[in-house]
Amino acid sequence: MLYAVTSMTALGLGLGLLLGLAARKFHVETPPVVDEIEGVLPGTNCGQCGYPGCRAGAEALAEGAAPVTLCPPGGRELALELAEITGADANGAADLDGMEEAEQMVAFIFEDHCTGCTKCFKRCPTDAIVGANKQIHTVVTDACIGCDACIEVCPTEAIIHRTKPRTLRNWYWEKPDLVPGDGEMRISA
Amino acid sequence: MTIFPLAGRFDPARLFSFKGGIHPETRKFLTSECAIEDMPVPTVLRVPLQQHIGVEAEPLVARDDMVLKGQLIGKARGPVSANIHAPTSGRVLAVGHFTAPHPSGLPVPTITIRPDGDDRWGDRLPRMRPESADPDEIAAQVAKAGIVGMGGATFPAAVKLNLRARYDLHTLIINGAECEPYLTCDDRLMRERAEEIADGIGIMARALGVKQVIVAIEANKPQATAAMERYHRVLGYALKIKQVPTQYPMGSEKHLVKTLTGKETPARALTAELGVVVHNAATAHAVHLAVRYGEPSISRVVTISGRGITRPANVRALIGTPVAELLAHCGGLAQEPERLLLGGPMMGQPIQNPRVPIIKGTNGILALAASETRDREVMPCIRCGLCVQVCPMGLTPFELNTRIKAGDLEGAARVGLLDCITCGCCSFTCPSNKPLVQTIHFAKGKLAEQESRKHQQEQAKRLAEARQERQEAIAAAKREAMAKRKAEMAAKKKREAEAAAAETPKNGETVK
Repeated sequence: MLYAVTSMTALGLGLGLLLGLAARKFHVETPPVVDEIEGVLPGTNCGQCGYPGCRAGAEALAEGAAPVTLCPPGGRELALELAEITGADANGAADLDGMEEAEQMVAFIFEDHCTGCTKCFKRCPTDAIVGANKQIHTVVTDACIGCDACIEVCPTEAIIHRTKPRTLRNWYWEKPDLVPGDGEMRISA
Repeated sequence: MTIFPLAGRFDPARLFSFKGGIHPETRKFLTSECAIEDMPVPTVLRVPLQQHIGVEAEPLVARDDMVLKGQLIGKARGPVSANIHAPTSGRVLAVGHFTAPHPSGLPVPTITIRPDGDDRWGDRLPRMRPESADPDEIAAQVAKAGIVGMGGATFPAAVKLNLRARYDLHTLIINGAECEPYLTCDDRLMRERAEEIADGIGIMARALGVKQVIVAIEANKPQATAAMERYHRVLGYALKIKQVPTQYPMGSEKHLVKTLTGKETPARALTAELGVVVHNAATAHAVHLAVRYGEPSISRVVTISGRGITRPANVRALIGTPVAELLAHCGGLAQEPERLLLGGPMMGQPIQNPRVPIIKGTNGILALAASETRDREVMPCIRCGLCVQVCPMGLTPFELNTRIKAGDLEGAARVGLLDCITCGCCSFTCPSNKPLVQTIHFAKGKLAEQESRKHQQEQAKRLAEARQERQEAIAAAKREAMAKRKAEMAAKKKREAEAAAAETPKNGETVK
């Protein structure tokens, strides 16, 4: 008994020491730009960019492996901010034009398919899903960032992406050119 | 050469009118001689829970409930919100969603009531004697009655009455300008209910604790001016009745204040910063009813006009009356209207569905025939600068338009996009028919959306951090619980071992 305990403790201490020394010796200085980029990213680690978490995404962007438009929840505003930080070239600007048209997406749960398994509820990075065991879940649209986390885990495929529904609060007139002759309110004089 | 009357020259209302503005054909003659008539109770009432700026009210009734006239059915939620009352007695058919009286046609939470025809009053609010009432009590009563600005902005009136806590107020201006063409509801109300309006003004002046009260009426309403002039003293306040020039947008509160006091309201600030509060004449009437008789805001006067209407009229209708029933009450449509508007022709909102209800801020329903609307052929800007000349806010609409078209919303905001009151003078005057104000509408909406997205991202970050913190806390709690259990187990084992140790010698003794 005593023999086992001492050997395991010695092993643990030795390996720990080794790891600690290795961390000191082989320490890699992360460029400060990564921290800066991570600061502006949403920080929800949703994984939509294809990298494991916002930190990894920031690193990829700093290395130039990812475009400034990598973060869909951030949208155009964030892309512009990132372009400013990284000093992206005109190529990035061209991508931005396409991004402006992208509508904000949110998750939607078909209630008749929901079994109340709470899998999505546990996965949501912003706690935008409410529900309990064997209770139908629903999405708090204002908190949803439109990542795929919940869609992937749903066993009954009851969750889809859809454009954020318009309400009286966020509705506004379309650009007049897009709807010729609509929305004019004038009388003849 | 004629000598101008000197007295007139020193009237500040003439000296300091505002820059810009337009003089559209008013077309008020269609309804200005039509006395206010009471609309019979309609077959169905749809009362939206969002009739005001701010958060929608919370429904207090359920399906199949019986409600009485004046009963509270929607409770104000948050500081800028308003109570909603049942306009008549009847059964609640549904508490759900219905098309909003709004150009988007999106659904809005609505309580549908089937009137029982009795029009039976429930409990009214307690009556008050404003002569001896505390200003706070008056404001509370106005809040309970769910009164909102009835000129169309629908800002809760009680919130405005409570401004005295934050600003040093000295002047109350009653807005009877009614500068929108076609509309005559305030004009008729002032002519027919001058005494009640004057009383309401006195009550509001008392609630605000102001020193002077000015009633501003446009010069094209001499009868209303004469009617109001008969009540120059109420509740100890002297009412100054002032004629202001007929000029659109005189009814905009900032411009009315500029005209009457010569002071300009700072950009994106309230007129209260100048010590001035502006209330609509119809709001004063609603306040009178609420304070003297305890009647909540459940009806209003609506002008139904335009060449598309068989019999244009001013109608006192219950809130929630469908537009279609009001049109039917006025003999229906004479011809297929080019445009159906809620509100005036300049700032009114087009609606697609005539089944939508009227709400507290609806001052007119206009069915405009093709002869009353302009052709829409848009031509290039000819740089005439007319839009700059007429802009009452001193903006450059053509520049805003160009910037917005180029997608430069930040640039547009820098040159005053957010100061625009969307009065439509620029579009009205543009010889090339350019949709200037419409473009600004779009840009304002887009900018607000961008702001809200940014806000949402910050919130998402906060939520994510909170979640992480929580998960760490859960993990820590689990570890702790585990450690505690381990310690307990160890203690138990130790006790057992001790017990066993204590027993062994005993056994030995017995063996002996």
